[in-house]
Amino acid sequence: MLNSIIYSIKQAFIQGGRNRAMSLASIFSITAMLLILSVFFILMVNMNVAVESAKQDYETIQIYLLDETTQEETEKILDAIAAMPEVDDIYYLSKDDALAQWKADWGDSAYLLDSLPANPLPNALVVSVGELADADAVVEQAQQYSGVEDIMYYRETVEKLVKVTNSLQIAAIVIMVFLVVVSIVVVSNTIKLTVMARSHEISIMKYVGATNWFIRGPFLVEGIIIGLISAAISVVLSAFIYSRVIAVVGQDIFLMMGIPMVPVSFLVFNLVFIFVALGVSIGACGSIISMRRFLDT
Amino acid sequence: MIEFKNVTKRYRSSKGLNVGLEDVSIKINKGDFVFLVGPSGAGKSTFIKLIMKEIEADSGSIKVNGMEITNLSNRLIPKLRRSTGIVFQDFRLLPKKTVFENVAFAMEMVHMSRRAIRRQVPQVLSLVGISDKAHKYPDELSGGEQQRVAIARAIVNSPTVLIADEPTGNLDQETAWEIMRLLEQINLRGTTIVMVTHAHDIVDKMGKRVVAIDKGRVVRDDVGMYSDGSETPEHQGMYQGGVFGYYAK
Ligand SMILES: Nc1ncnc2c1ncn2[C@@H]1O[C@H](COP(=O)(O)OP(=O)(O)O)[C@@H](O)[C@H]1O
Ligand SMILES: [Mg+2]
Repeated sequence: MLNSIIYSIKQAFIQGGRNRAMSLASIFSITAMLLILSVFFILMVNMNVAVESAKQDYETIQIYLLDETTQEETEKILDAIAAMPEVDDIYYLSKDDALAQWKADWGDSAYLLDSLPANPLPNALVVSVGELADADAVVEQAQQYSGVEDIMYYRETVEKLVKVTNSLQIAAIVIMVFLVVVSIVVVSNTIKLTVMARSHEISIMKYVGATNWFIRGPFLVEGIIIGLISAAISVVLSAFIYSRVIAVVGQDIFLMMGIPMVPVSFLVFNLVFIFVALGVSIGACGSIISMRRFLDT
Repeated sequence: MIEFKNVTKRYRSSKGLNVGLEDVSIKINKGDFVFLVGPSGAGKSTFIKLIMKEIEADSGSIKVNGMEITNLSNRLIPKLRRSTGIVFQDFRLLPKKTVFENVAFAMEMVHMSRRAIRRQVPQVLSLVGISDKAHKYPDELSGGEQQRVAIARAIVNSPTVLIADEPTGNLDQETAWEIMRLLEQINLRGTTIVMVTHAHDIVDKMGKRVVAIDKGRVVRDDVGMYSDGSETPEHQGMYQGGVFGYYAK
């Protein structure tokens, strides 16, 4: 077993070296595929983070109180709503706390808020409901109080957001699957050339009783190595490019949308796993497919 | 031991069905030396391919060394092939490997240790009489020497059956006889030999069992001469124009 593995690895390097141009062509195509994949991946991850953070904001119902509303009345409203079975959580957010939080969110850019003439934010009750569908009941209840100025909630917005992201995700997955299939075809065609160059040797291997897996071994390893090299190149390239992108536009995006971009370290960590898994499977599937015809009998 | 029972194999082609073998029943015992003769297209290669399980029979039963191989799982095909060595008319050596490496290759393919390889390859090279050529490449050898390497490769894993598909077809008469003596020697060690040939004089002088196939059927099975005189003139003409007819000119 161990001998067979060592044999396969040795042979893989020998034949990969002999077909250096073809191996490089394969690595080039898989790397290109993985880089396109990583663009989709980066967009998806950032979109997900944005959507999650938007959902958190929008899944709460904000009950804005008139400035005149007394503390007594505020507590009455709070207790009544807290008693509703639909409500998960409710808390009071004073206008000063709200402004402080806003400033904290903006971090380095908070000085922009210093120019506000007065605190424009109302005192509020922030309600979380377990199910978005329960929000209507809470809104109805809250509307009955005269101390309530306005009720902000975004059931439809959240539902639309979820729908849009779901279809974007499906589209992205379809494109990724397509790219993976294309990569497998590319690798299998490359390896098929190696296999054909050695078809005489393979027929002798079969005559002397080599098992199909033993015959496949070197080609399988060759495919896996091609996949791994492509994965390594792709991770390094995408990390580098992404970190440049963050350096250039990260700040602007944060200012525009109030959401930070996913950090490079998170991306690299995930891409390493995804690319290695993809590279190895593309290489392995490609080589197994390329050999199918030669191992029928 | 090889046993065919009512074996039929037909090939589908654009012109309909070609008969490969038709209802063939035959038994070859362990240690036998059998010549398989017949005109081109008779079904000789089909017979060999069925033994090696390169192709599937349509019906009937085939046993090799007591193992029924007609519905053998793919996983067990390598085991079958390790018990059956094969040599061809065109030698089929690996040109970039030395003689030693060509023979060692067959052992590497079945996971033999380096030590076993270093011990057995020289032994088998000496058995086939080319010890001094171990580090030469195939294109530095004569046809007879190349066929000896092919035989060494076929027997190095000690198969019980050695199949030879026209092993002397590319060799001159004298070299052909050297190969025949080698095959006889291997047969004396207990290896069953099935040899396809068109060489009348070899079959006639060896005096071994002769199985004649024509149009997919066994038409003769006895000990003796290449032809028993019953063949049609058309076939006789073909036999006389065979390889040795050519060399005789
Ligand atoms: N792959 C194939 N497809 C179609 N017909 C075939 C195939 N192989 C052999 N045959 C036919 O089967 C018959 C027997 O062939 P074969 O066993 O090769 O004969 P031999 O080896 O005795 O010359 C011939 O008529 C040949 O045309
Ligand atoms: Mg033939």
